[in-house]
Parts: sequence; C-alpha cells; structure tokens
Amino acid sequence: MDVSFDGVRYTYPGGVEAVKGVTLAIPSGQRFAIVGQNGAGKTTLVRHLNGIFQPTEGTVHVGDWTTTGHTIAELSAKVGYVFQNPDEQLFARRVIDDVAFGPRNLGFDLDRAEALVAAALEQTGLSAEAETHPHHLSLSERKRVALAAVLAMDTPIVVLDEPTTGQDERGVRMIATIVEKLQSEGRTVIAITHDMDFCAENFERTVVMAQGEVLADGAPSEVFIQDAVLEKARVEAPQLARLADALGWASRPLTVDSFVDSLPAHRR
Amino acid sequence: MIDLADVSYAYPDTDHYVLSHVNLKVEPGTVTGIVGASGSGKTTLAKIISGFIPHVDGGELSGSVVVDGATIADVTLSEAVSHVGLVIQSPFNQISGAKFTVREELAFGLENLGVAREEMAERVTAVAELLGITGLLERSPYALSGGQQQLVAIASMIIMNTPVLVMDEPTSQLDPGGTRMVFDVMSSLRDAGITLVVFEHKLELLREHADIVHVLAESQLIASGPSRAMLADPRLEKWGIGSTRFTAAAAAARDRKLLSKDAELPVSLTDAVPEFRAFAAKKGA
Ligand SMILES: Nc1ncnc2c1ncn2[C@@H]1O[C@H](COP(=O)(O)OP(=O)(O)OP(=O)(O)O)[C@@H](O)[C@H]1O
Ligand SMILES: Nc1ncnc2c1ncn2[C@@H]1O[C@H](COP(=O)(O)OP(=O)(O)O)[C@@H](O)[C@H]1O
Ligand SMILES: [Mg+2]
Ligand SMILES: [Mg+2]
Repeated sequence: MDVSFDGVRYTYPGGVEAVKGVTLAIPSGQRFAIVGQNGAGKTTLVRHLNGIFQPTEGTVHVGDWTTTGHTIAELSAKVGYVFQNPDEQLFARRVIDDVAFGPRNLGFDLDRAEALVAAALEQTGLSAEAETHPHHLSLSERKRVALAAVLAMDTPIVVLDEPTTGQDERGVRMIATIVEKLQSEGRTVIAITHDMDFCAENFERTVVMAQGEVLADGAPSEVFIQDAVLEKARVEAPQLARLADALGWASRPLTVDSFVDSLPAHRR
Repeated sequence: MIDLADVSYAYPDTDHYVLSHVNLKVEPGTVTGIVGASGSGKTTLAKIISGFIPHVDGGELSGSVVVDGATIADVTLSEAVSHVGLVIQSPFNQISGAKFTVREELAFGLENLGVAREEMAERVTAVAELLGITGLLERSPYALSGGQQQLVAIASMIIMNTPVLVMDEPTSQLDPGGTRMVFDVMSSLRDAGITLVVFEHKLELLREHADIVHVLAESQLIASGPSRAMLADPRLEKWGIGSTRFTAAAAAARDRKLLSKDAELPVSLTDAVPEFRAFAAKKGA
C-alpha cells in the first residue's frame, strides 16, 4: 500500500513547529529510510501515518484514505507503528500478551492470530521469552517485543522508529532480515534510523531531514555523496564511504563487498 | 578508582546468575569501554558499579565493590551517588518527573545538595552549552525528541561533577553528530580527571576514545586490551559483538590476498586510512 504526505506541517500545542511542509510519496512495497538530526521531526512526521497526529496543515494519504477521515483504530489495521521508546507501547505482564493484543484487537480469528503471534516471536528471537514479564527483559529485548507486537498485526505498511537502537550485531541482522521479508511480501517499510550503515545496506531510498524539512531524497548512493546536506543534518556517510573518500576515491562504496571489489582498481 | 573483586549477581526471584566472578580494576582519569551482546549483563554491571544494585534493585550480590574509596554495599545510596553517577540506558526514565522545564530538571540534583542558587545557574548554563542544548532550557523535559531527552539525561549527570561517571549506552538515540559530540565530551571530562566507564555498541567511537576495552560475555569480563587490538579481535564475533565495517573490509581484503596478513586490522577510519594507503602504493600484482 502506498502513502503520501502533501504539504504537511505540524505544530505541537506548545508552539514548536516540528514539521514544516513535507511532501513525499512512498510507493507500495518500498524500503524507505528517514535519517537526520535529533529533533528534525522524523518521529512527528511518521506518527501521522496511523493518525496519532493530524496535520496542522496539509494532508496525509494511506492507500486511498485521507487520514483525517479515519480513526486511529481504522488506520492501525493498515499501518503498524513500532514506537521509538518501547515502554510507551508495551503494557502487558507477559510478552505474549503484548504481542497478541494487536491481532486480537483487529478481530482476527483465533487460528490466524495464534499463527501470527508465533511467527512474530520467532522472527524477533523471542520465542523462549513468551511468558516473561517485559520488565524483566533488557531494553533491546523490549524493543524487539514492540516490533513483534506490530509484525503480528500483519499490516500492509510497517513503520519502524529507530529499530536498531541498542541492538547487538545479531539483533541488527535479525531486523535487517525482517525488513527484507516484509518487502518480499509486498509491504511498505518505513524506518527512521541513526545507523547509516544499516540504512545504506537495507533501504532502497533515503530521505534526510533537518529542522522539519526534507533536505535530500534518493537512493543511498545518491544521498550519501551530498556532503553539505549530511553536515547540515548532523549525519555522516556510512563507514566505508567515508574511508573511500579519505583515500581520495572518486566513488563511495556503501558495503563491505563493493568496497573490497573496488580495491584492485585503486592500486597505483 | 573502581575495584570489583569476585562479584556475582542474580536478580530477585531468579536463580540465574547474570554475572559470576567478575573482576574489574579501573585507573583514575581514564575512559574504560565495555562491550557485550544484548543480555550479556551490561546494564546490570553498570548498576552494580553505581550502587543501584543492591540499593534499589535488590537481588543477590556477592563480592566487593569499591568506588572512589567507598564500599558501595556499606554506604547509603545517597552517599554512593556522591561518588559515582549513572546515565541510565533509557533516557525516558532518567527524567525526574518533578520539574517543568529542562533548566529546572538540570538543576534538580544540585538543588537536593543545597548548592547556592547562583552557582547552580552557572553550572546549568555551562553544561547546556557543553551538550548543545541551550535552546531547550525553557522547554518541558517531556516535550522533547528521544535524542534531545538523552542529551538532557547525560547533562543531568555531568552537572553533578562526580569523580566517577558510568554511562549505559549513552548515545543510543543520538544522531551521528551528537554521538561524536558526547564522546568528545567524555574525553574532555577524562582530561579533567574524571573516571568514565561507558557501555557501548558503537565500536568506531570506542576505538577513538576508550583507553581500555573490556568484553562482557558468558557472565564474565572475559577479555580486555587496548581499544584497537581488543575491538579487532576475531573472538568478538563469537561473543556476539561483531566488528566495524573497517575491520570487516580489511579482513575480507586479506582473504582475497589484497592486504598482507601482517597488517594489524583497523577498527576506525583513522586506523584504516594508512593500511589501505600502503596497499594503494604497492605495485599491482
Ligand atoms: N510532545 C511534544 N511536545 C512538544 N514538542 C515536541 C514533542 N515531541 C517532540 N517535540 C519537538 O518537536 C521537534 C521534532 O521532534 P521529533 O520527536 O519528531 O524529532 P526526531 O527527528 O524524531 O528526533 P530524534 O532523532 O531525537 O528522535 C523537536 O523540536 C522536539 O523537541
Ligand atoms: N529486573 C530484572 N529481573 C530479572 N532479570 C533481569 C532483570 N533485568 C535484566 N534481567 C536479565 O539479566 C540479563 C542481563 O540483562 P542486562 O544487564 O539488561 O543486559 P544488557 O544491558 O547487556 O543488554 C538478561 O538476561 C536480562 O533478561
Ligand atoms: Mg524520534
Ligand atoms: Mg542494557
């Protein structure tokens, strides 16, 4: 399912202008990443997709719906949003109850709900923790519970707010696998991240935000060469792109493989 | 400055020892990095060093924990926090809930210590400047983005000026520029004589700023060494810690015989540039 923002502005009740006119169309099935400085308005922007926020100005479309015409409950059948802070999202006493809440709430029949919950726990590496109190888990594990809770809702659009925060290498790989699987099922994946390597390796399109606005929009290979934009948004290119740059290469490989493949050509 | 001897710990109502027979000595005026997979016990160890275990979380703690001359188990929590500050992992929970503005939030700890109004104001201004959050001082601590909250949480501990500062994944919500800034601040605190222990997944930054790195795995501090050697150690893979792309690229280049086996594996950009320059200078085969 596709989504679009059309001239969206959002001002918090206290007067902070968090989003200052964003227009973006995200086609169905895209892996779409948002990067950019702290306070840029990333979380505020994506929270419009399931109706937590309504734009102060402009419109947000989810499929052929305009978000203002629908309730949060209706929108959450289409858009799953994994919170930046899992403790804002989780409330149950057992992991499995947090994960089962969504599918139950959406009225899925028992068999389907059970299968979705089991699959979500499996994909997030939490099958063994189903009965655990989320409070007894480490923050990175709770973050994965929050992800599992959204996966179990089986929505055509999945929004991940800083999914790799606090994850170790295995956790990051797990999340990359989930992103890939979601796309292979035709879902739209929108992720906010501060991890530029994760972004470059797993997303086909990247938007850079600063101060409520979009500064750049394109494939990671197009975005991570725009030094002035990166600096303004307080982000940097992925590690090997920075290395290639420091070595004076004309190209900026984004992955280990492409960097090593380009090595022989750079031997004098 | 920090001396942990034979420390073991199990959370209340569990019989599973999260840490067992941990030993750690930290020299004053250094930055110590500790890396470990999720669930390896980083947060647990951070709470032990700073006294939250056993004073707040309870559980079964054995062995001895001495920080800045104080035996943590024997002093009260309010004495412990005068020796060591803890920046907790979830910035959302560090905010006191008692204050209306970031300015008041930052002053809160000093207020409790009875610091004079004028000095308090000066210290708030200075720490806000240090962390680039001056523009947020009049805002509500709750009306902030995740990264902004994390900077406020860090500032609220730095302002206390404790001789020891423990930071549990302090840059997890920060943009790359903010992450570098916080690590630079750590280095300058170290240069001012403060002892820092930082738990982090960002190996590139640890390489640049930590004087020594320990690895937490299998319930123990299983290995330690200078940052470059420790963070390029191939055993990190098995301990679930991984490596930077600089290390991975150099290792892959070695496998393809594009880099010599003698070269030390790089961890950061600064390490990697000379290794790959030397390669480029060589005549092609
Ligand atoms: N509840 C709120 N009330 C008022 N202002 C807020 C609130 N939440 C966020 N803001 C402000 O809105 C702006 C955008 O915040 P937002 O959380 O969208 O940023 P972000 O890009 O997600 O940042 P981060 O990378 O730190 O998570 C910031 O200036 C922030 O301080
Ligand atoms: N309050 C608690 N009660 C019981 N077990 C806990 C509690 N907090 C953490 N644990 C468990 O202790 C282990 C170490 O957790 P933690 O110190 O948070 O790890 P890390 O910070 O390295 O991710 C994990 O297995 C975690 O599930
Ligand atoms: Mg955010
Ligand atoms: Mg932790």
